[in-house]
Amino acid sequence: MQRSLSILYDRVRWEEKTLLEKAKEKRINVKLIDAKSFPINLTNVNSFEDFGDYVIQRCVGYFRGLHLTAILEAKNLSVVNSFQTSLICGNKLLTTLHLAKANIPTPKTYAAFSTESALDALSEIGYPAISKPIIGSWGRLISLIRDRNGAETVLEHREMMNNSLLKIYYIQEMVRRPPRDIRIIVMDENVVTAIYRSSSSNSWRTNVALGAKVSPCRVNDEIRDLAIRASNAVGGGILAVDAMESKEGILVHEINSTIEFKGASSASKVDIAEEILDYVLQKLKR
Amino acid sequence: MVDCKCPECDGDVDIPDDALDGEIVSCPDCGEEFEISFNEKKELSLKKAEVVAEDWGE
Repeated sequence: MQRSLSILYDRVRWEEKTLLEKAKEKRINVKLIDAKSFPINLTNVNSFEDFGDYVIQRCVGYFRGLHLTAILEAKNLSVVNSFQTSLICGNKLLTTLHLAKANIPTPKTYAAFSTESALDALSEIGYPAISKPIIGSWGRLISLIRDRNGAETVLEHREMMNNSLLKIYYIQEMVRRPPRDIRIIVMDENVVTAIYRSSSSNSWRTNVALGAKVSPCRVNDEIRDLAIRASNAVGGGILAVDAMESKEGILVHEINSTIEFKGASSASKVDIAEEILDYVLQKLKR
Repeated sequence: MVDCKCPECDGDVDIPDDALDGEIVSCPDCGEEFEISFNEKKELSLKKAEVVAEDWGE
């Protein structure tokens, strides 16, 4: 019997279109399901949309995707990535906790729950330092804080934002690194490829969304080992591990769980959409 | 290519023949972004696209 899978989305990006085209090529029965288009009965386990045998969760909205994954798993559907993996990777604070617990090298990071303790954290870490929202992506609201005056400004702005998640301060050391980071695509323990993301001339951040340029990166033993350990630390799945080259070696600073792979595909020449579908097909065989 | 009117400014929005439900198009005149939507009869309509939220990303 042919197995079927669905791609749960809320916005069709290049990645979703590419997954769909590749599935057609491979004659895999795939259904695109718009996460915004239907209500779900939470109290009747038999009442829901037909999601097929396996769900690839691709929502661009973190909370939307996370809660839908919880619902689908409660209805005994297999979802990639899992609720637990998505929960951890979508939250920088939880990611750091899991990396540290697994003894994976990661930048020194503090959490603080008031502006006063955020200033104390900055004094401990030393300037310059980085402040990041615990939820969010694409470099949004990530601030380079050069001194106490800059810190007070950033923290005052955060205090005025009507969002309780932005009152949780995540303060990280500014790692001395080349103007690039390394993105490693890993699926459970299979390291698929890696790329460098080099910051554009007018930004210190290395997000492709902010104009960073991509180029191939050779997967050496250190990169492979760190990517596999990072994947295991968050429960595995289809992941993009972000790492930095420091004097002390490679540090893992972030793991993404709804990966965008247009840049990585073009730089590495690896067909990441095909790798994702093959990963899911392997899961279906079990 | 299907020609569709922009719900905001009445400009002409071109919809590719292979457009998918949920795909984003923008109006060349006013720049507003719309999400392509097909109903059960495969009839096309344009819904105002969601704006980037703080939890959007990878």
